[in-house]
Amino acid sequence: MDYAPNTDAQLQEMLRAIGVGSFESLISTVPAELHARALEVPSGLAESEVIALGEELAGRNRALTEVVSFLGAGCYAHLIPTVVDALASRGEWLTPYTPYQAEASQGTLQAIYEFQTMVCELFQMDVANASLYDGASSVAEAALLALRTTERSRILVSEAVHPHARETLATYLIGSTATVQEIPTVNGVTDLEALGKALRDDVACVILQQPNVFGCLEPMGQAGELAHRVGGLFIASVYPISLGLLQPPGAYGADIAVAEGRCLGSPPAYGGPGLGLFTTTSALLRKVPGRLAGCTVDQAGRRAFTLTLQTREQHIRRERATSNICTNEGWLALRATIFLSLLGPRGMQELARLNLEKARYARERLREIPWISPAFDQPVFNEFTLQFDAAHPVEAVNRRLAAAGFAGGFPLAEWYPAMPQGSLWCVTELISKASIDRLIEVLKRVG
Amino acid sequence: MSMSGPLIFERSVPGRRGYVLPPGDVPAVPAADALPEDQLRAIPPRLPEVAEFDAVRHYTRLSQANFSVDTHFYPLGSCTMKYNPKLNERIAALPGFAWLHPLQPASQVQGILQLLHELEQLLCAVTGMAAFTLQPAAGAQGELTGLKIIAAYHRRRRARSTILIPDSAHGTNPASAALSGFTVVQVKSGPDGLIDLQELRRKLTKDVAALMLTNPNTLGLFEREIKTIAALLHEQGALVYMDGANMNALLGISRPGDMGVDLLQLNLHKTFSTPHGGGGPGAGPVGVTKALEEFLPVPRVRKTGARFRWETRGRATVGRVHGFYGNVGVLVRAYAYIRTLGREGLARASRTAIINANYLKAKLQEAFPVPFDDHCMHEFVVTLKPLLAHGVSAGDVAKRLLDYGHYAPTVYFPLIVEEALMIEPTETESRETLDEFAKALVAIAHEAQHNPELVRRAPQRMVVDRVDEVKAAREPNLRYHASPGTASALHASPGDRSIFP
Amino acid sequence: MQVPAELRYTKTHEWMKREASEAVVGITAHAQEELRDVVFVELPKVGKAVKQGEPAAVIESVKAAFDIYAPVSGTVTRVNEAVAKTPQLVNQDCYGAGWLFALAPSAPAEASSLLSSEAYAKQVQA
Repeated sequence: MDYAPNTDAQLQEMLRAIGVGSFESLISTVPAELHARALEVPSGLAESEVIALGEELAGRNRALTEVVSFLGAGCYAHLIPTVVDALASRGEWLTPYTPYQAEASQGTLQAIYEFQTMVCELFQMDVANASLYDGASSVAEAALLALRTTERSRILVSEAVHPHARETLATYLIGSTATVQEIPTVNGVTDLEALGKALRDDVACVILQQPNVFGCLEPMGQAGELAHRVGGLFIASVYPISLGLLQPPGAYGADIAVAEGRCLGSPPAYGGPGLGLFTTTSALLRKVPGRLAGCTVDQAGRRAFTLTLQTREQHIRRERATSNICTNEGWLALRATIFLSLLGPRGMQELARLNLEKARYARERLREIPWISPAFDQPVFNEFTLQFDAAHPVEAVNRRLAAAGFAGGFPLAEWYPAMPQGSLWCVTELISKASIDRLIEVLKRVG
Repeated sequence: MSMSGPLIFERSVPGRRGYVLPPGDVPAVPAADALPEDQLRAIPPRLPEVAEFDAVRHYTRLSQANFSVDTHFYPLGSCTMKYNPKLNERIAALPGFAWLHPLQPASQVQGILQLLHELEQLLCAVTGMAAFTLQPAAGAQGELTGLKIIAAYHRRRRARSTILIPDSAHGTNPASAALSGFTVVQVKSGPDGLIDLQELRRKLTKDVAALMLTNPNTLGLFEREIKTIAALLHEQGALVYMDGANMNALLGISRPGDMGVDLLQLNLHKTFSTPHGGGGPGAGPVGVTKALEEFLPVPRVRKTGARFRWETRGRATVGRVHGFYGNVGVLVRAYAYIRTLGREGLARASRTAIINANYLKAKLQEAFPVPFDDHCMHEFVVTLKPLLAHGVSAGDVAKRLLDYGHYAPTVYFPLIVEEALMIEPTETESRETLDEFAKALVAIAHEAQHNPELVRRAPQRMVVDRVDEVKAAREPNLRYHASPGTASALHASPGDRSIFP
Repeated sequence: MQVPAELRYTKTHEWMKREASEAVVGITAHAQEELRDVVFVELPKVGKAVKQGEPAAVIESVKAAFDIYAPVSGTVTRVNEAVAKTPQLVNQDCYGAGWLFALAPSAPAEASSLLSSEAYAKQVQA
């Protein structure tokens, strides 16, 4: 099966119309020594065979629909209204390219404009772009913007920023003269005293995450003030679902706010595709990486939409572009747009509240287990760090939980070796009270 | 008022709900008791308040203001807008793929690990490379990853700072090189549209880290001297990076690994049929030779016996470019595509893509000059320069094509051809569609000579007429601002055309 | 096409006017015609030191960005805020209200390398 409609007979006729006797003479520009042998790829399959293969492979995974998962740590599974899939799977949304021909792409362009508006509203920021790859690369792009605009060379990043974001930033900076300094934490949040000491007038930006990787709420306002005091930019990486209840980055003075936006209407999909949300202030508009849709008029003076400020981008400015990004995550941005329009202001508030309450309930009940204690005494949203005593290795406990149909918290030792008994737990609206109660029973039996 | 109707914000009615959340089953806690006051949001986000059906009608109608592969011929050069099989969507949506958490223990995700491992091997087989990373989220991120690998490779020997890039290259190439701290030196194409070996030799200093080339290049021409070019680079200790955006010309025809390419990225959303989604997501896996494998990003999927696991550390790795493992949902679709087509299907896809392109070129050649005339691979470039005499530009012709029911080819690219139209029909278009498209383009050339105003004022059959891009850029309006009292101004004015006749 | 006689020109289509201790810089009528609709002008910061022939400002149309080179070396003394707000001034009045920035030249001898109006007009017509 190759989805190519022209029959062999038609292809022969077409070769004659081209004026060649055979396909081989058509590719005479490819030197004979470079002609490929038959590929070491299995023969093709019929649709029913591919379905069987797919189901067999998928069946060897334990989907979140079969286990009760307390995993978060940067990838959060949330409910997805049926309408999101129904609308987004339309071919008119799924199969166009980037809307370069505005007049034939008004649907995509208006949807991006709506998306940009919703993200601005949710974040309380001036400008949002049409999306970047994911949360991690958005942090890196934010830092690059800060380097460009301040013409400074030092980046301060809290060690409580997701390690994937910090690692991506480090990779993006290979070949650059900029340096990164990590700011330690104290009791689960960024150490403001250490931050203050690290701040000098060569600091391009300070990066914090809210809630941070341990689930704790950071003093964003104070950190932002410190950054601004030395003329650096303040970059916030946030969790969009939390913004139904938590202060938006615009309210605490973030110059750039980014997020992993997959939680807005797209499934976890084993961590990707993601949806990089990128917002900033009007002052930095011309430095924004990625695409922007704008509202304008057509020749008849009617409202119309188009990609705009394209001179920032790689296809025009080439080596002097604000970023090399071309393909983005447009389809996930559409899903987020539909998701946010369905939830609305009250839905987002209620969704955040459900997360807060369920996490609070679970955290309270977990106190009943004598060998478990909260690692930090800090307010949290829907995720928190637990400390197991030495007799209960995190991985061993997780194996017991897996046997009972749970995916336990993430063993933090993998990212923070200094926390060998740390376990990161996330409780979303998808977890029922009954599941939490059952979890406690199982943990009690672990003894 | 836009033809596609109001904005979703303008449909908003206070109090409407589009989705009802389940009731809480745990004790309710006022947020103010659970969180410090200074952490609480003061003003709710001003999102639209619409009913479910409002949203359904709104986004259905909006979708109908789009051209797409499913609805129209979409011959965008270098974008490979082929049919996106529905089967792949079905496979990717299986809960055992879509609803997996990336931090589940390996024992719970053996199926997806096996799929990713097999996909790496399939891509190796297709390209002749030794190893792949699936992590980059798009072609440009693949390029960036490749350049970081090039930097890491040279740093171990002697740091080099120059990347050579032909003048016909995609804009992402110089942008990615600059983002990696390299200096870009442009290599002029020769009179045949290919890399000029003499020019290359002149610019090939000891400081050159790599040549980034696209093969076939953006003119649709195969770099026939590729082996010589690779040898020249290697003699100087430099590497050859291939932008694999045009791989749809090469499946089963020629393998970059055999050409002397050291590393390349593939664009799965082009060659391997995953949908473009109005801008993304894509996936840009990077393939390398054995010598460069140690620099690949982590984590990497490993097979021990019959078990699969992630290896998170690598001594020489460039690190990571994406959270977790990349765009897995896209990778699943590409895997389903490769398994569906198989060895014969992949080869037939490229053969047909090449025949379709040459057939369309032959049909257009009478009306339009082809600047570098040779048999093309999967795409070709024509110049509309002769139409300038009638005051008609390539951009005008692109707009007029929309009126004829075809999306426009890539215009004004590559930069080395004036008034360029870059046309890539792909293998999934029928001969009948190609004939129709050729007829439309020839008719437009005729219009340009006899009624140029018609072409200059195009399009006229879209939901909007030509869009004022100058206004959009001079007075950026990038978001909607609700202003009180405008709700009544939402209804279409009498002069408005509806997309529904 | 307008090429005022009292100005000096660069091959890259900038004009320069000596005024007391300052040199005012803009782009020529020919350049703005080629550019068509100017949509954005990025001006240097006052106090920035620029070198002859190096980029000092950027002018953008919808689909292109052009560097504006300093005709002589010097320090930026003033920039035209009006043209930053209303970029079409470059199209409307490139030798007047559409000026870009002013420099305090640091190597006055460099001005001798600039073109006269006749020489520039000849270059454009060639």
